[in-house]
Amino acid sequence: MSTMTMAKAINEGLRATLSKDPKSFLMGEDIGALGGVYRITEGLQKEFGAHRVMDTPLAESGIIGTALGMALRGHRPICEIQFDGFVFPAFNQITTQLAKIRTRSDGQLSAPVVIRIPYGGGIGSIEHHSESPEALFAHTAGLRIITPSNANDAYWMIQQAVECKDPVIVFEPKRRYWSKGEVDTENSPGDPFKAHVVREGTDATLVAYGPLVPVALAAANAAAEDGHSVEVIDLRSISPIDFDTVEASVNKTGRLVVAHEAPTFGGIGGEIASRISERCFYSLEAPAIRVGGFHMPYPIARVEEHYLPDIDRMLEALERAFAY
Amino acid sequence: MGAAQQADTGTSGSGAQVSPRPQAGNQVGNPQAGNQPPIPAGESAGVLRNTGVGPEEAVQLLDEHGGTHHDATFSPYIDKLDPDVVRGFYRDMATVRRFDTEATALQRQGELAMWVPVIGQEAAQIGSGSAMKKADYAFPTYREHGVALTRGLDLADLLKLFRGITNGGWDPRETNFHLYTLVLAAQTLHAVGYAMGISRDLVADPTTEPAAVVAYFGDGASSEGDVHESMVFAASYDAPVVFFCQNNNWAISVPFEVQSKVPLVNRAAGYGIPGIRVDGNDVLAVYAVTQWALDHARNGHGPVFIEASTYRVGAHTTADDPTKYRMGAEEELWKTRDPLARLETYLRAENLADDAFFEQVKNDGDELAAHVRRVTLALGGADIRHKFATVYAETHPLVAEELAWFENYEASFADVDTENGQGGAA
Ligand SMILES: Cc1ncc(C[n+]2csc(CCOP(=O)(O)OP(=O)(O)O)c2C)c(N)n1
Repeated sequence: MSTMTMAKAINEGLRATLSKDPKSFLMGEDIGALGGVYRITEGLQKEFGAHRVMDTPLAESGIIGTALGMALRGHRPICEIQFDGFVFPAFNQITTQLAKIRTRSDGQLSAPVVIRIPYGGGIGSIEHHSESPEALFAHTAGLRIITPSNANDAYWMIQQAVECKDPVIVFEPKRRYWSKGEVDTENSPGDPFKAHVVREGTDATLVAYGPLVPVALAAANAAAEDGHSVEVIDLRSISPIDFDTVEASVNKTGRLVVAHEAPTFGGIGGEIASRISERCFYSLEAPAIRVGGFHMPYPIARVEEHYLPDIDRMLEALERAFAY
Repeated sequence: MGAAQQADTGTSGSGAQVSPRPQAGNQVGNPQAGNQPPIPAGESAGVLRNTGVGPEEAVQLLDEHGGTHHDATFSPYIDKLDPDVVRGFYRDMATVRRFDTEATALQRQGELAMWVPVIGQEAAQIGSGSAMKKADYAFPTYREHGVALTRGLDLADLLKLFRGITNGGWDPRETNFHLYTLVLAAQTLHAVGYAMGISRDLVADPTTEPAAVVAYFGDGASSEGDVHESMVFAASYDAPVVFFCQNNNWAISVPFEVQSKVPLVNRAAGYGIPGIRVDGNDVLAVYAVTQWALDHARNGHGPVFIEASTYRVGAHTTADDPTKYRMGAEEELWKTRDPLARLETYLRAENLADDAFFEQVKNDGDELAAHVRRVTLALGGADIRHKFATVYAETHPLVAEELAWFENYEASFADVDTENGQGGAA
């Protein structure tokens, strides 16, 4: 056990992968000497060489498209997209090519490329540096999407993503990069595609992932002061979604609130609300409620506090659920 | 400006120099007609409008009249060819043309959803495909039926995609011929990545068999950003890849001039990679320049860009009507540049083939067509369960849940059928 920031945990996870899998390598913009704009790959080029930690030309479609080709040849690329808002030049390669190579080849070919994307807001950045595009990728069959909310998951999930035989996108909550947590480098937390109940409760289920998990925990603690026992689930995986864990929780609590930074319309929260309504119709005491960003492009930094779900927005949603 | 250019990559240990085709030739008629006028002398290609590139400016070893030309760099690649190989080129070109006719007929009869004809481009495809070694890998678009033949595919397999029973139809690992790709230019990046993978394999294990990759794309696709990015990556990493652009002058209904004001080969210099223009209807020249390029790439000297000037004689696909957008005169002109006719003239003039040979090729083609038809009509249906099974490599609960629902749903019809069968009158 040791304590480290999430950034360091991912760095250590990448180091472990590069050490044990000689076919693995990192590629992306500025990830070499600089160590990435968030310094996630710091020191790795020095340790493993430019061949294993590769600065690419400034071309996102090029990064994903060539990674796919290298994976076809048996290599294990781990790509970094510099910022969430800059994944779109690669959207075509990810959704029409990477996600589909397996089914298009009738299962003969696979391209288990890993894509790391720092995502989400709350760091007071300028436009295209704070987005949450996970639903756009989750909608695409053939991809797997995970997002750690803490250092331990961050350390393990990147390694598990590389071991997975399918393409995996790891959305890294950038505002959590500098938060510290315990990392157990000996024992993995198990299946990366399973949700974790991170706080037990009996009156309502609050589902969150990535950047909002600590916010949800804080909201649950605040609700406890008002006498409400809120169970908090860290979803961890966005594709697939572990509906069984959510279902079991909602059957116990009777209420569901889902929170994410992305706009609610057409988002992951709607998907969870719909599925859980179907599965838990007779246990639900209230309609499933979503908390999320508004239907607008990610706003300027000076107003993002009004955009991002915070403790109060979660409490307001919980109150609405309790009002039924 | 020379028709062929070579950038000094600084790594070249090869003695090969790409040079312009000597101007001397025995051309008759007006080779400059058509929609690809030659570049007027004295003007800079960079500022020309409507330039283009007729075969007369490209590397040409065999002209439309069956006459041969010498080229210091490329002729050696064909001088030592066994006549059997040259006859093989003819046979393959005739075979793919016959196959194409049969596939078009199958589409007209409702057996295929669509067909993508290749007639006119046989030399570009058979020439380049034949230059590849077994370990080389080809990334086609959706029209590379001739290349498929040279990679040893049963041509009937190509039709499965167009009949709608699979997105694939063959095993790319057996043939080193990748799947057809409908998203234009996307595969050029995969080709470069694959080539970068070959370089990595060589670093990890120097006994790896050296190999190169050929990325096929069209003049329309050349406008896509992925082609640009693929060339940047290829040049940056000296990837062993040959970009093979079949400039057939048309992207569906849009003429070449809308894609580029200058010959595409000019772009190669901007990436610092050698560029060669070749008469894409001259199978010998295409074979020679592709061999040169593959040697260059395989020997560690990095990528090469080839622009093969050719023409799609028929429709873009069976859903297209070329009379709406192009002139019959242009089509007629290109028919005079037919790749098969000139090789036949040559083979006969050199006494390399006689009537019996051409008769045999025709009969074999008919047999192949019959085989393709038989196989296509006998193709079974497809089962959506197979699609459920190939979305992911590892189990995915959502897919499992939806498959279970589907099985139940299907089974409910079986129950109804049984009930009806038991209870109702016949
Ligand atoms: C990304 C993309 N945009 C549009 C299309 C539709 N489309 C199919 S073929 C074609 C023209 C392609 O022309 P070219 O690259 O010259 O190849 P050719 O068909 O002439 O061999 C177009 C526009 C497509 N398949 N992919």
